[in-house]
Amino acid sequence: MKDRTKYFAYPYVLWMIIFIALPSFLVLLYSITTKESNGLTTIQFTLENYKKFFDPLYLNILWDSIYLAAISTVICLLIGYPAAFIISNTNLSKRNTLLFLCIMPMWMNMLLRTYAWMTILGNNGILNNLFSLIGLPKLNMLYTKGATIMGMVYNFLPFMILPIYTALSKMDKALLEAADDLGADKKTVFIKVILPLSMPGVISGIIMVFMPAVSTFIIPQLLGGNKNMMIGNLVEKLFILNGDWNFGSAISIVMMVIILISMSIMNKFDVDKEGGARLW
Amino acid sequence: MVKKIFLIVMVLLMLFTVAGCGSTEKEVLSILNYDIYIDRDLLKEFEKENNVKIKYDTYSTPEEMYIKAKAGATSYDLIISSEYMIERMINEGMVNKLNFDNIPNYKYIDEDFKNHPYDPNNEYSVPYFWGTLGILYNKNTVDASSESWAMLWDENHSQRIIMMDSQRDSFAAALKLLGYSLNTVNEKELDEAKELLLQQKPLVMAYITDGAPDIMVNEEADMALVWSGEAVSAMAENENLGFVIPKEGSNIWIDAMFIPSTSKNQPLAEKFINFLCSIEATLRNINEVWYSTVHTEAKKQVDEELLNNPAFNIPDEDIEKMEMFRDPKEFIDLYTERWTEIAAQ
Repeated sequence: MKDRTKYFAYPYVLWMIIFIALPSFLVLLYSITTKESNGLTTIQFTLENYKKFFDPLYLNILWDSIYLAAISTVICLLIGYPAAFIISNTNLSKRNTLLFLCIMPMWMNMLLRTYAWMTILGNNGILNNLFSLIGLPKLNMLYTKGATIMGMVYNFLPFMILPIYTALSKMDKALLEAADDLGADKKTVFIKVILPLSMPGVISGIIMVFMPAVSTFIIPQLLGGNKNMMIGNLVEKLFILNGDWNFGSAISIVMMVIILISMSIMNKFDVDKEGGARLW
Repeated sequence: MVKKIFLIVMVLLMLFTVAGCGSTEKEVLSILNYDIYIDRDLLKEFEKENNVKIKYDTYSTPEEMYIKAKAGATSYDLIISSEYMIERMINEGMVNKLNFDNIPNYKYIDEDFKNHPYDPNNEYSVPYFWGTLGILYNKNTVDASSESWAMLWDENHSQRIIMMDSQRDSFAAALKLLGYSLNTVNEKELDEAKELLLQQKPLVMAYITDGAPDIMVNEEADMALVWSGEAVSAMAENENLGFVIPKEGSNIWIDAMFIPSTSKNQPLAEKFINFLCSIEATLRNINEVWYSTVHTEAKKQVDEELLNNPAFNIPDEDIEKMEMFRDPKEFIDLYTERWTEIAAQ
């Protein structure tokens, strides 16, 4: 009998065509046409939009975004790996509570959580009031690069913890015991066994944090006070304020290409092809 | 066979969800307005009185409004926006002429706000509110005796100054300080203004469009570039705040109601304009938005306290020095480019 269940996939194929393939194609089309194109009859192709992006002004913005996103990703990794390690080593009942605590903030709207940070970091905010209570000078925290990085780390940390946790918890414990039996000390076990086996999780985590961080626009707006324009802010401005959809689309395409390239490089490092925590 | 039918049904179902939100029998009036720029209860009352349904959308800058109106996802029946963008839309043929027979309350509109260059013969728009740009400051920490835009460049208030994330308004402050027109189409003047704004950047706490009044009320900053109505509402909440319209002159803007050419129900939209021009509706809107009114009768009935506030009842000698934004046409790209350069530094 022929497998007819494949027909069930058709609605999803249609869904993907309408909501993924078609919009992506339109973005590509906008990026290679001029502002004056108003329909099929007047369409004019150009590479001007891409050429414009290689102006130092815009390359600087791109560089700044990558730099801030990279710092946030590193901090997420430094906090996230030990957190995932601790969670995976606690007993089952506690483990669920800890995981729950990681995920719970994500139930709230991201905008709301970011606004909450504004009251915490503000000049007369909760932290500064605490500082003055114990006799420390007030600090300028809100509307700085540091606040932007902090906002990104806070918002994207669960995306780092969860894949690493998955990789660690499905590791075969017999391997650790074997290493132990063969005389490896704890440090060696970690470096030679645990770390390599958890790499797929680490790579997924890095990708899942870096991608939203590099393209975010609301965090630098609210916590950074619009002082350091990131690539997401530029795209938003081009679409909403300037109406330059063509240039905005070109930047989006460039970003997509950069992310695709960095992902394929990342996947090269992933030796364990069975890595269950891999995204793709 | 059953599976094929199932498949077709599923695809059709999906198409319906995509294609749309069904029609209602009531007449619909689609309105596009600035955020927090109307007493929302008025909408409900108009709906009830006329047995219609109002679809109400908001935006935050005139540029955003232009894109929303032009993209055409919704065909709006009525838009409230600022004069320079209305001028642009009239020039591009995106605005319908009004039938003033349907708007008898137009007689209440102050003559001072008619016949401005954006709509020279008063054919397309009805003024809604007006206001200006100025500096909201904390009287305890700031000396405002200079009454100058230079206050915003005072190094003693480093990291305590809030600017607007709006290119025309921020450039207006710099251009006026340099003694130029805020509608300059001279690239050299614009570059000088850009240099000035770049010098100011290390002193600036943040560039924000909404929320500056809240920060001032909480006394987290010393000064903010704001629109007059924002100043009125902030001053009502914190009596330490003051408002100054710099002596070099400022911007005067008029927000007006108009009917875009996409409108499907012009008589209903005109009825709504007339409704908003009534004395009662205007008074209620004043108590919600705090901007200066264009309504002669309503102005006579507002509270004494409000009339004494220079941010609401703006003095004539300040008005004389004010300049209205004009549509700079293609030159706007240079403003945008300079503003991006400032933001990217």
